[in-house]
Amino acid sequence: MSNPLADMDKPDVIFCIGTNMTECHPVAATRLKRALARGAKMIVADPRRIGLAEIADVHLPLRVGSDVSLLLAMAHVIAREGLVDEGFMAQRTAHGEDFLKHVERYTPEWAAEICECDAQDIEKAALLYGGADRGAIYYTVGITEHICGVDNVQSLCNLALLTGNLGREGTGVNPMRGQNNIQGAGDAGALPNNYPGFQTVTDLAHQEKFHKAYGRKVDLEVGMTKVTALDLCGDGIHAMMINGENTLVTDPDRHHCEHALKSLDCLIVIDIFMTETARVADVVFPATAWAETDGVCTNTERRVQRLRAAVPPPGEAKPDWWIVSRLAQRMGWKGFEFESAKEVFNELCSLSSTYAGLDWDRIDRGEYQWPVPEEGHPGTPRLHEERFENGRGIFKMLEYRDPEETLSEDYPIWLTTGRRLPQYHTRTQTGRAAGIDYLLSEETLEVHPDDIARLGLEDGGWAEMSNPRGCLHVKVRATTKSPKGTVFASFAFEDVPVNVLTGGGYDPVTQTAALKACPVALKPVGPPPALGGAPGPQPGLGRL
Amino acid sequence: MMKRNGSPSANGKGVRLTMTLDGEKVAFNRGETIYEVAERHRKDIPTLCYDPRLEPFGGCRLCVVELEGARNPVASCTMEAQPGMRVRTRTAALETQRRILMEMVASENRDTDVDPMHGYASQEMAELLDRYDARTGRFEGAQSGASRDDDDNPFIKRDYDNCISCYRCVRVCAEQEGDYAISIMNRGFHTQITTEFGGLLKDSACTFCGQCIQTCPTGALGDLKALANKDVPGETKKTRTICPYCGVGCAVDVMTREEKIVGVLPAMDGPANEGSLCVKGQFAFDFVGHPERLSTPFIRDEKSGQLRPASWDEALDFAAGKLKKVVKDHGRRAVYGIASGRAPHEAAYMMQRFIRGGLGTNHIDNCSRA
Ligand code: SF4
Ligand code: SF4
Ligand code: FES
Repeated sequence: MSNPLADMDKPDVIFCIGTNMTECHPVAATRLKRALARGAKMIVADPRRIGLAEIADVHLPLRVGSDVSLLLAMAHVIAREGLVDEGFMAQRTAHGEDFLKHVERYTPEWAAEICECDAQDIEKAALLYGGADRGAIYYTVGITEHICGVDNVQSLCNLALLTGNLGREGTGVNPMRGQNNIQGAGDAGALPNNYPGFQTVTDLAHQEKFHKAYGRKVDLEVGMTKVTALDLCGDGIHAMMINGENTLVTDPDRHHCEHALKSLDCLIVIDIFMTETARVADVVFPATAWAETDGVCTNTERRVQRLRAAVPPPGEAKPDWWIVSRLAQRMGWKGFEFESAKEVFNELCSLSSTYAGLDWDRIDRGEYQWPVPEEGHPGTPRLHEERFENGRGIFKMLEYRDPEETLSEDYPIWLTTGRRLPQYHTRTQTGRAAGIDYLLSEETLEVHPDDIARLGLEDGGWAEMSNPRGCLHVKVRATTKSPKGTVFASFAFEDVPVNVLTGGGYDPVTQTAALKACPVALKPVGPPPALGGAPGPQPGLGRL
Repeated sequence: MMKRNGSPSANGKGVRLTMTLDGEKVAFNRGETIYEVAERHRKDIPTLCYDPRLEPFGGCRLCVVELEGARNPVASCTMEAQPGMRVRTRTAALETQRRILMEMVASENRDTDVDPMHGYASQEMAELLDRYDARTGRFEGAQSGASRDDDDNPFIKRDYDNCISCYRCVRVCAEQEGDYAISIMNRGFHTQITTEFGGLLKDSACTFCGQCIQTCPTGALGDLKALANKDVPGETKKTRTICPYCGVGCAVDVMTREEKIVGVLPAMDGPANEGSLCVKGQFAFDFVGHPERLSTPFIRDEKSGQLRPASWDEALDFAAGKLKKVVKDHGRRAVYGIASGRAPHEAAYMMQRFIRGGLGTNHIDNCSRA
């Protein structure tokens, strides 16, 4: 996030897009609700009538994957109505003139055709955000998990640059990070293009710095993304070490993924449970879990916080860092003689520009938000206050692109996926916590009542959902939360592996999978055998 | 509970605002209540309906103080401090009044002592009863609510026989959470905390965040998951850490007895959450000690093709052997690492160090692309 969580009670106008915050980041959502109670206005752009939409002033139920068109039209209205922050544009941005020209032709009427929202609502939303003194944008993977994920994010930046809504209290362009330490994994250098602290691997000076630190020269060439690596399993990639990820269930196109992992000569999995992915591994190392591990995590507002062990691990489970460093020693490599999490974290700080002012003891109370460039620096709750990292904020001239797969006669319905409040990810944890199943014990496909009637489905009955990648059976639930023509399911339950269907394309820059827009066909079927239906395996579920 | 107000500074016009507290001249910020000023000066005024995160309510009148010029004592939690005010926080008359109030409060409840596992604030009433030596049984009160034993939810105990109608639960749900799942039915002795249509929490707007449990000062509301562990032997120890689920990064205090997690408390001074939690952070902790946890390494048996338990020595050698063979057959670029967005920094850092420092490639990623 560009701004701290504490800023979330402060905007006049909140613009949430592609974020189901009341379910995915519930405590952050309480801050937005407090801002609303104070009189703030809220725009929510989401295909579904999610919890936030219920309390919004304007809900834009856009068609999945059409965000760029909507955002271009909002920029058009803001420019046309003279709501641009000219001072900010002149002092802090580049290519503003070109951008104003660029958006001239993208009228709300033009966008309405593509994103299937009401042109007047688009206008209304633009006037609200453009008129705000403090306008703040919040987004989640509903923005990034598309073939145009980067374009989506840049479209949001364009809006903020246009209206000067960056670098001040209660403003910003704020991605809400999904996992407890997904920010930290990137900070720590688990990226194919960056060393720790986002230092690019293609830079000779960085190569030199890490050569010195690690005693080995690292390629100047950017590594593969995970997506490419999975594509090349058995054909260039022959060994994988996977830490704490149930790749088989969370990743798109499950059949492809399963095949990929099985074609490796060596798969090493480090995890706390025997997950579906661990079951196909050659070696499984038992890791210590949360509350058994000392360490550090960084939240969505870049706050660096301590994790502390409270109980001993089961049996011989060990911290991840211990496992990986001991394996490195067995490989015969030098420099992996770490004895504590503290030593590991302090080495990270010594090599990272964003953590340079931190160490294990200094983060004890979680006061710092990175960057903390040197000791004594107070941290940076708000980014871009004085200047942008690269000098000026650059407008990007973007065009709308269709998703890689669009609706057809055979696959006339959009499937979109996400999370639900009580369950987390593939339930390796929440599924094993007592009581959580009381709130949510099975997956259902959310379908608009009109679609149910049109397709001959039944509320509470079963449907077969398919596309060329796979097929599965799922229980149907009628709800107007889903718009007509779009259905929703989460990937929390192993018996409804929606990711056998997803995977229609990737963002060309980040290679993030398009998990949010996937054409499918739906037809009624009988209940599964366990519930008195005809025998036969769940289609699409390969046996592991 | 958590404090939000800082020390007073000169106001905008450079004038210091002052008042007199128990004979001592003290400074304050505009907008602060008498209670907040007194709290900063460690006056320890008793409260029952007060939660520093919520709008002052003024229901219990336990926090009354004497204000010079006012005929009756005033509730310090709702009254704003004004320049020149002269306030006494502890006099014989006030203490008597507070004692009577506590005696009456106690008379309304079935239990005056509840297990601390009920929740963060559950001991507040009992502590005040001790402080005022108020378990006299002098008054015969009517219990002001009826328990909801029919609510079968596994998280929130609803035992309104112990409710004192402080409305903290109602207010935390509305003001802090914005959910408005609980409300008030009737007034006076007949007050009953309820949900929409008087039904089960599951059928209301409740998200099971547990905030009502944590603010209840009597244990009328209780944390059922923690209470299930109330007989686990040992002292309760608290360890400050961060919730393992989403990226908000809420701070929690994990409660343990000996080697078992017995419950979770929200950290009122957590920088990201300031005392809030959601259902996952509050209640989904017991995967940790789950019997299906891996407790030993496994390797795939060459003969049977099955995974079988192995010692660390054997498993590390086995893994290193396999990796070395891949490097020998296909080169160092044939090895790929995927780090976790759920594990700590040290895990991700060591994964990339393994790939970079060991193999010299950048074939490392994390799970953020899916
Ligand atoms: S249930 Fe507890 S918090 Fe709610 S009104 Fe009664 S005593 Fe107060
Ligand atoms: S308590 Fe809920 S909102 Fe807070 S970090 Fe955990 S999952 Fe996220
Ligand atoms: S604490 Fe002030 S009236 Fe209850």
